[in-house]
Amino acid sequence: MTQVSMTVNGKAASGEVEGRTLLSSFLRENLHLTGTHVGCDTSQCGACVVHVNGEAVKACTILAAEAAGAEVTTIEGMANADGSLSVLQQSFQDHHGLQCGFCTPGMVMSAAALLKENPKPTEAEVRDYLEGNICRCTGYHNIVKAIMAASGQEVAAVAAE
Amino acid sequence: MPKDSGIGASSKRREDVRFLTGQGNYTDDINIHGQAHVHFLRSDIAHGTINRIDTSAAETMPGVVRIFTGADFEALGGMPCGWQVTDKHGEPMQEPKHPILAHGKVRHVGEPIAAVVADTLEQARDAAEAIVLDIAELPAVVDMKAAVKADAPKVHDDLPSNLCYDWGFVEENKAATDEAFEKAAHVTTLELVNNRLVANPMEPRVAVGEYARGTDEHTLYTTSQNPHVIRLLMGAFVLGIPEHKLRVVAPDVGGGFGTKIFHYQEEAFCTFAAKACNRPVKWTSSRSEAFMSDAHGRDHVTKIELALDADNNFTALRTDTYANMGAYLSTFAPSVPTWLHGTLMAGNYKTPLIYVNVKAVFTNTVPVDAYRGAGRPEATFQLERVIDKAAQELGVDPVALRRQNFITEFPYATPVAVEYDTGDYHATMDKVLELSDRAGFEARRKDSEARGKLRGFGINCFIEACGIAPSNLVGQLGARAGLYESATVRVNATGGLVVMTGSHSHGQGHETSFAQVVADMIGIDENMIEIVHGDTSKTPMGMGTYGSRSIAVGGSAMVRATEKIIAKAKKIASHLLEASEGDIELKDGAFSVAGTDKSVAWGDVTLAAYVPHNYPLEDMEPGLEETAFYDPSNFTYPAGAYTCEVEVDPETGVVSIERFASADDFGNVINPMIVEGQVHGGIAQGIGQALLENCAYDENGQLLTASYMDYTMPRADDLPGMADYIVDHSCQTPCTHNPLGVKGCGEAGAIGSPPTVINAIIDALRSGGHQVDHIDMPATPAKVWAAMQG
Repeated sequence: MTQVSMTVNGKAASGEVEGRTLLSSFLRENLHLTGTHVGCDTSQCGACVVHVNGEAVKACTILAAEAAGAEVTTIEGMANADGSLSVLQQSFQDHHGLQCGFCTPGMVMSAAALLKENPKPTEAEVRDYLEGNICRCTGYHNIVKAIMAASGQEVAAVAAE
Repeated sequence: MPKDSGIGASSKRREDVRFLTGQGNYTDDINIHGQAHVHFLRSDIAHGTINRIDTSAAETMPGVVRIFTGADFEALGGMPCGWQVTDKHGEPMQEPKHPILAHGKVRHVGEPIAAVVADTLEQARDAAEAIVLDIAELPAVVDMKAAVKADAPKVHDDLPSNLCYDWGFVEENKAATDEAFEKAAHVTTLELVNNRLVANPMEPRVAVGEYARGTDEHTLYTTSQNPHVIRLLMGAFVLGIPEHKLRVVAPDVGGGFGTKIFHYQEEAFCTFAAKACNRPVKWTSSRSEAFMSDAHGRDHVTKIELALDADNNFTALRTDTYANMGAYLSTFAPSVPTWLHGTLMAGNYKTPLIYVNVKAVFTNTVPVDAYRGAGRPEATFQLERVIDKAAQELGVDPVALRRQNFITEFPYATPVAVEYDTGDYHATMDKVLELSDRAGFEARRKDSEARGKLRGFGINCFIEACGIAPSNLVGQLGARAGLYESATVRVNATGGLVVMTGSHSHGQGHETSFAQVVADMIGIDENMIEIVHGDTSKTPMGMGTYGSRSIAVGGSAMVRATEKIIAKAKKIASHLLEASEGDIELKDGAFSVAGTDKSVAWGDVTLAAYVPHNYPLEDMEPGLEETAFYDPSNFTYPAGAYTCEVEVDPETGVVSIERFASADDFGNVINPMIVEGQVHGGIAQGIGQALLENCAYDENGQLLTASYMDYTMPRADDLPGMADYIVDHSCQTPCTHNPLGVKGCGEAGAIGSPPTVINAIIDALRSGGHQVDHIDMPATPAKVWAAMQG
């Protein structure tokens, strides 16, 4: 067992881990940050995406020990300081970009990374960027809409009638 | 104008806030002090005799609490099956014992053989590797038609054969149907496969068992669509625990799509082991385990024949289907190819004679059960494909052929035992043709051809039977359960309400839409209503969520309970207002006396119910809480028409979906935003089935698709773009027999879309001069390319 320390959502965090402990396990089991979800064992689904030093990373693809000293942001760190939903989170609610909520943390973290590097993505760019995030509920339609809307682009209103 | 609250409003989902901030409470988020972890050692071969399981070395490994094998469960009941189908000779189906852990034999890859309970998951896994297995491999059966041959290896040695049942429906129609085929002017025949799928909710299954020795109470936290059903099945039939000593909790559940309906061995194991080990025991499925232990879906092989007269009227339909059960009967498996499939073979058409034969077969594969649509996608796919083929053979417009044969008068009793209460199939057809701009298709085809692509237009109609189901009817059909739903509405003294429903939400947004209904009935703010579900200790009996039944059955129970609340509240109001009860009106959250300006607010009435100082105590009990059980008098029959345009690259066989439109008739709609989301998701799963997804076994029963590296889940760029994708539910013929006039929307997309896509692909290929009659799903580039080569 080794001691690892990192900064998670702006706060110092540390814990005892085995060498084989994944960052996703460390966040969930040691830090009780259960918003980061694990949906597969082959790094395909993207439910566990977090930000490590500002980059979107699947938390099941790196060891906790590899993240020692890093700045990590999880879904629990994405709301505004007053606890209200961020623009991106609010857009997911406004456009019904989630159903069961299980893939949602990874979707939000990936989308945030996309908008950081490409503030006004085209629809094709959004769909391409989400290649590593699987959603089984929404058919992605409203996720794409939510991300486009969060980037300030016009999209059709939800359930327009 | 869209409404901004109540029934018909696209209210934003209240559950989203916790999901968007990482505050959901999924089963894997539950950790109980002192819990141990279980790892299941699973069979890596499809069929074999277990000679020896040596756990002695493993038991000495660090952290091991106890290791269980099949022998530990021999005295207990097996996993129960909830539906008994009677075959065409009146005999019950063959029903093999389904052990919690394999005993004597293993019968599919993934079957649990031993369970290692240890302090940590890693220790449990490490110890499992030290278990020595001596299993003599036996020949496996995978192909259904081979499995029913006399010399086939038997999956269950104690059964006469691998045939579970041979079902004929309606047996009395068979002779007349055969006769109609002899007289037909034209017969179209099609053989096809409905591919095996894996439901793949993004949250893998999890079970946490807990036992309180002091009170002899068991608790199971589990990823279930119907916690009460698990409590009943597991308590009564597997472990012998009475319901009052067993609590089942299904908290936030990350998608279900059918595969979380069923009672699984891991749930029974964790409940049992928590007592046996005197520690909470937790199991979290890996995705690979999910592929080999979650019940699979579909897997039918069918021959369908359609008879037409000289005027192209459908005169008879005959089908012959092999349905894979896998190695054991999952909870509702026998009902899927029979009562959820045969009864739908009339589709939207007035075919007077129908005969359906289904042979359910045991094979050395994972059990197969309901997956989104369950039987209805299988019925729709074969019917709508054979109609398209008939149109090709006869040289008529596939839209016109469908329209000519539509059912137009309701109620309509089909020859397959169901009565459609209402519908308007021309309306949804008109709508989808308008939305899809069929008139402009030829121009778009020319444009595609100019770019070297083949373009096809696919049309499809469908009907489904939802709102499952009248208990007395399903009892006659073999269900070992009632299919009502219940709700308790508790009004608090200060006017807020808690609705405890037996329906379970795992993505459907009940916490929002159910509150909209009650808010509308009383005329109060939606935020005054809390929806509670998923915990047998909090809610009355529940049959759970599947078969698009929640709003139609669970919603109706909630309406009935709320009506009782309103009736009692009016009595209280009449006392407070000193008026006759018949003169009391409830509007916008206030009770008034008709024709006067006297009124009393909702909150004053609810306070009087709990502080009954001025209250008719001699006539009525205090308090304001009511329960209702609602048992539907019929199924509901959502229906619709879908269109799809594809482009096929003749060089590579790659298919892209260029346009997609759906026109659904769901009856009345509570929350349009949520309904459209359900359709989007269903269509994505249907497109997945049509183009991408396939669960494959090799001839030895080895599962070839056991991860997302091998099983192609639809990604964001596999689906049509926003500009070319319309889902519509404006055609509404309200259900005639439930109080909300609702039909259900959860499965429509998955039922309606697969044949739409395949019909479009066939149309595209034929436009390029390729005489292709059919391509089995998934229509991968390799299959499409091969079809073009003849």
